[in-house]
Amino acid sequence: MKRFGSFIAVDGIDFEVSGGEAFGFLGPNGAGKSSTMRMIGCVSPPSAGELSILGLDPVADGPAIRARLGVVPQEDTLDLELTVRENLLIYGRYFGLSREVIRDRTARLLDFVQLTDRAGDQVEPLSGGMKRRLTIARSLINEPDILLLDEPTTGLDPQARHAVWDRLFRLKQQGVTLVLTTHYMDEAEQLCDRLVVMDRGKIAAEGSPRELIERYSTPEVLELRFDPGQHELAADKLTGVPAERTEVLADRILLYVIDGDLTLAAVRALGVEPLTSLVRRSTLEDVFLRLTGRRLED
Amino acid sequence: MAAVTTDEVAARGARVPRARFAVRQLRFWLTDYRRTWRGSIYSSLLNPLLYLGAMGLGLGKLVDAHGTARLGGVSYLVFLAPGLLAAAGMQTGVGESTYPVFASVKWTKTYLAASASPLRPADVLRGHLLFVTLRLTMNCGIFIAVAAALGAVDSGWIVAALPVAVLTGLAFAAPIEAWAVTRTRDTSFAVIFRFGMIPMFLFSGVFFPITQLPAWIRPVAYLTPLWHGVALCRALSLGTATPGGALVHVGYLALWAAAGMAAGHRTYLRRLYA
Repeated sequence: MKRFGSFIAVDGIDFEVSGGEAFGFLGPNGAGKSSTMRMIGCVSPPSAGELSILGLDPVADGPAIRARLGVVPQEDTLDLELTVRENLLIYGRYFGLSREVIRDRTARLLDFVQLTDRAGDQVEPLSGGMKRRLTIARSLINEPDILLLDEPTTGLDPQARHAVWDRLFRLKQQGVTLVLTTHYMDEAEQLCDRLVVMDRGKIAAEGSPRELIERYSTPEVLELRFDPGQHELAADKLTGVPAERTEVLADRILLYVIDGDLTLAAVRALGVEPLTSLVRRSTLEDVFLRLTGRRLED
Repeated sequence: MAAVTTDEVAARGARVPRARFAVRQLRFWLTDYRRTWRGSIYSSLLNPLLYLGAMGLGLGKLVDAHGTARLGGVSYLVFLAPGLLAAAGMQTGVGESTYPVFASVKWTKTYLAASASPLRPADVLRGHLLFVTLRLTMNCGIFIAVAAALGAVDSGWIVAALPVAVLTGLAFAAPIEAWAVTRTRDTSFAVIFRFGMIPMFLFSGVFFPITQLPAWIRPVAYLTPLWHGVALCRALSLGTATPGGALVHVGYLALWAAAGMAAGHRTYLRRLYA
């Protein structure tokens, strides 16, 4: 539990992460994800409750735990005036690594994040995606047992996001334990073996992405768009259509069904003609909507 | 995983002495300083040149023409130099403990990066103060060299004033760092400069003995750390220091530095570990 004055940011969450697992906290902004990450990162003591990281107590053994963690914070904390290589050098020195060890690892890590040709360049002019990849390389300088990633791709363009995901996926393959927060359901689906859905400081559900979708949603979703303002009216007409659940959003209607095409045919049979229709598979976004009644990226 | 170094193993045991962690943070500042030292050297050289030139050599001619008995019988230039030396300590101390600290939490966030490593908030503070100590030694050392080149130094005893000027700087830097880390906006620093540093610079005995001030305001001057720095730097370089007086001055300056450190341990912890 984490309290700031009278505001409770994280309120009684219970989870366990095993070694080699990729574990995610999925939730909207303000759900308590970052507060949780700071507690795991041993830079924020829990206000109440029990927390054990690598079998150690974060309050008493903070330095020892942090020596084995890699941290990719939500906002980059790179030294912009220094070069790419110097940033890794400085960070490695924080962990008490020798210059030789840092030099070897730097070469390997820059190759891993595809920044070798920028090694001698100042950080300032690098693109957002490059800075993010450098932050990831820096977080690996101590060869951590656990990598903590707080919103690793927020603010990046799609191409840069995929580059980051690719690197993280490789780390996962190498057996590094990943703990990440995200408010992107596609990121959670791509990277997480298991995740918890967080909302307002609490855990709403826990499981693998597939389990969560099976438990809280239907195989397919039929999305229907009508003229603005017509959605409530259309929803009334659709009550006769067999759907497990119907969500009326501001810009579209979602029908949770087994077979989207069959349902669309049933909609048309009622004489209802949407402006556009889309049949898709259920995602974690639908799980979140079901659990909280709200959308993730609002 | 590749082989780990002995140091890494030690870190895993959490039994690394605090001093070594602070040195790691010092190394960060030294690496950082490699980028900016050129610009800072210019101001380290210019500051004594401008003040000793204008005040010491220029104004000093007029002062000396009226007799220097109240200055202890030395020329105004020689009287002024140790006072400006202590003031250089103050200026460097304030400069290094305001924007650099603020930037480290708000702009570049390098303090936050350090906090994610094994370093503790106390190590971040001490490492920074170690760096400030080096910068003070450097700036005050340059000051003495420039003063000597301008003929503002009568005896080699001014070298004894160097550690005092450094301590004067720390008497400012430690408490200001403790406060600067709590700031959410940088506007308050201008207040420190305008209403703290500049009046002290003008009225703490740097340019004239504070016996020239009206008697009722003198106690205020005695309370400023700068006056104690000025008084001892001057007494040491002019050869008029007494052990008792030196002890009081050093003690008072050390008190400010120690109180600042103690406050800093709390504020850094609250800011970086909350």
